[in-house]
Amino acid sequence: MVLVTGVSRFLGARVADTLQADPSIERVIGVDTVAPTMPLGRTEFVRVDIRTPSIAKIINAAEVDTVVHLNLVTMTSAARMKAKELNVIGTMQLLAACQRSAAMRKVVVRSSAAVYGSSGHDPAVFTETDEPVLPPASGYAKDAVEVEGYVRGLARRRSDLTVSVLRFANFLGPRVDSPLSRYFHMPVVATVLGFDPRLQFIHEDDGVEVLRRMAVDDHPGTFNVAGDGVVLLSQALRRGGRPILRLPAPALQTLGDVGRRFGGLKGFSPELLRWLTYGRVLDTDLLTKELDWRPKYSSEEAFTDFADSQGLGQSLPLGLLDRLTSAVGGRR
Amino acid sequence: MSHDPVEEARLAMRPEAQVIPLNTDAADRLAQAQGGLERKVASALSFVRRRLAGDYEIDEFGFDSDLNEGLLLPLLRPLYERWFRVEMIGLDNVPDAGAALVVGNHSGTLPLDGVMLQVGLHDDHPAHRNLRLLGADLVYQVPVLAHLARKSGHTLACQADAARLLAQDQLVGVFPEGFKGVGKPFNERYKLQRFGRGGFVATALRAQVPIIPCAIVGAEEIYPKIADLKPLARLLGFPYFPVTPTWPLFGLFGMVPLPSKWMIAFGEPIRTDEYDPAQADDHMTVFNLTDQVRETIQNMLYDVLRRRGPAFFRA
Repeated sequence: MVLVTGVSRFLGARVADTLQADPSIERVIGVDTVAPTMPLGRTEFVRVDIRTPSIAKIINAAEVDTVVHLNLVTMTSAARMKAKELNVIGTMQLLAACQRSAAMRKVVVRSSAAVYGSSGHDPAVFTETDEPVLPPASGYAKDAVEVEGYVRGLARRRSDLTVSVLRFANFLGPRVDSPLSRYFHMPVVATVLGFDPRLQFIHEDDGVEVLRRMAVDDHPGTFNVAGDGVVLLSQALRRGGRPILRLPAPALQTLGDVGRRFGGLKGFSPELLRWLTYGRVLDTDLLTKELDWRPKYSSEEAFTDFADSQGLGQSLPLGLLDRLTSAVGGRR
Repeated sequence: MSHDPVEEARLAMRPEAQVIPLNTDAADRLAQAQGGLERKVASALSFVRRRLAGDYEIDEFGFDSDLNEGLLLPLLRPLYERWFRVEMIGLDNVPDAGAALVVGNHSGTLPLDGVMLQVGLHDDHPAHRNLRLLGADLVYQVPVLAHLARKSGHTLACQADAARLLAQDQLVGVFPEGFKGVGKPFNERYKLQRFGRGGFVATALRAQVPIIPCAIVGAEEIYPKIADLKPLARLLGFPYFPVTPTWPLFGLFGMVPLPSKWMIAFGEPIRTDEYDPAQADDHMTVFNLTDQVRETIQNMLYDVLRRRGPAFFRA
């Protein structure tokens, strides 16, 4: 009996769909505030706001024993206050319900690598035990920090529960629509002048697989989740054949603000800008050892798959350069 | 006469000279030279193609060896070979493989010593080792410098990064004096400053890797710092604002480093595997080892300084 929150959004829908295909799981219940747009198979959808106590009723009535909490809103299409309420208050209600439920056995929470913050003082690679040098001060990153705090509280009070917290790197893949994917789709991609961050991505398929394994088996603890390897922003943009416009940080911030308000750049937040300045790299040893599994896509392959399937493609005249090289090299 | 060594050498070389006749086929040699040029152009073009397509790999620290070999090192090489005429001494003290911690003196107002050390270990060491320096976090705040430092293989001076690099069998370099060393006035040249809290020793102890003392002579004279404009430094967020005989008097021209003669010497590795890794938390052991390393480097500095003689007007 599994309950998946945030089921109407991309990640929730995919996880619910994967779990309902598993015959060992008796029932899959998906909850969200809006109706799902994707078909969810035998997943039962319940429209409920997890910010209200009615979530407890569902958990008790259906004797849910596993909660997969994927409700972290990273794209602030709504006002910031509403997103914060969804993220933090929703988690509080949900965890309170979990704590009171006798049937509850396992809680899997989607967090974000954004909890590590992003600054020039950071170590090159973050492990799960590292504290952020500059903790995130706003946005969903701060929400994620608070959510993790409440989850730790639950784990303390109900030590019989298996609690897994997953700090995901940024999702990319053929069907991902996020502030980051929209950023890559900008006609000219603006980057911060003088900085070239190291980035990591997790492919949507791998992310779903990690969540499935966490929901089916017991893997207590906090884990970093990212594709292997590191990609530089400039490198990714070149591979995706995107034109690059380098702007000083304040100009980019202004552009982001304007874009957020008037353009399609939802969620071009200060956190995203910091990440695009300083980057962030995660150590995923703990996860790969615990699951005895590696992500199918490296960071670079995740980006390539995203770029190819969403039609970023190569637009540079590389063929011309190849011909020139072979002409020069071939004369000998 | 037959025992004249010069004549003997000439005799020994003669057969060689006969194998390659000097001007039988000048056209052939021209073609060969052209082939070399073409190869160079082709490799430059393929470098440009790789860069444009993003077709290269970087490690988790951001080290981009393609950019390093193809662009950064070639740009620095003239400075290393012609301008400072750097001489490397005792390179056999640096292992061909495996982790080690190179500990050097820091000087020169701008940290060119680290850069030259990197070029030297790459070009002149038989195993062409890439030095991974641990830099001040200021470096990673400054635009351009931040990503260039990472791309050339360096990272932030923190315990986690150092341990991670050493665990990957890298050659790690550190300047424990930090800003105190690189920004000291000219009249204190070649006087080692305080070595911080000995964090580098603790790191080496924990990783059980040898410490290789390194003395860099010549960097002190490149920008003789005769004064420090403290208020301006505070305004700009720099640790110091140097005044040299040419800077800021002659503007950008003052940024040209003086062509002093450099020598970089490596001392015998100081082993740390005789200690228990747990002793990394024992301040007494750490301070003793720190002092030992510091004294070794100071003595090496005096030796190499005597060996080099005057800084200017020599080959």
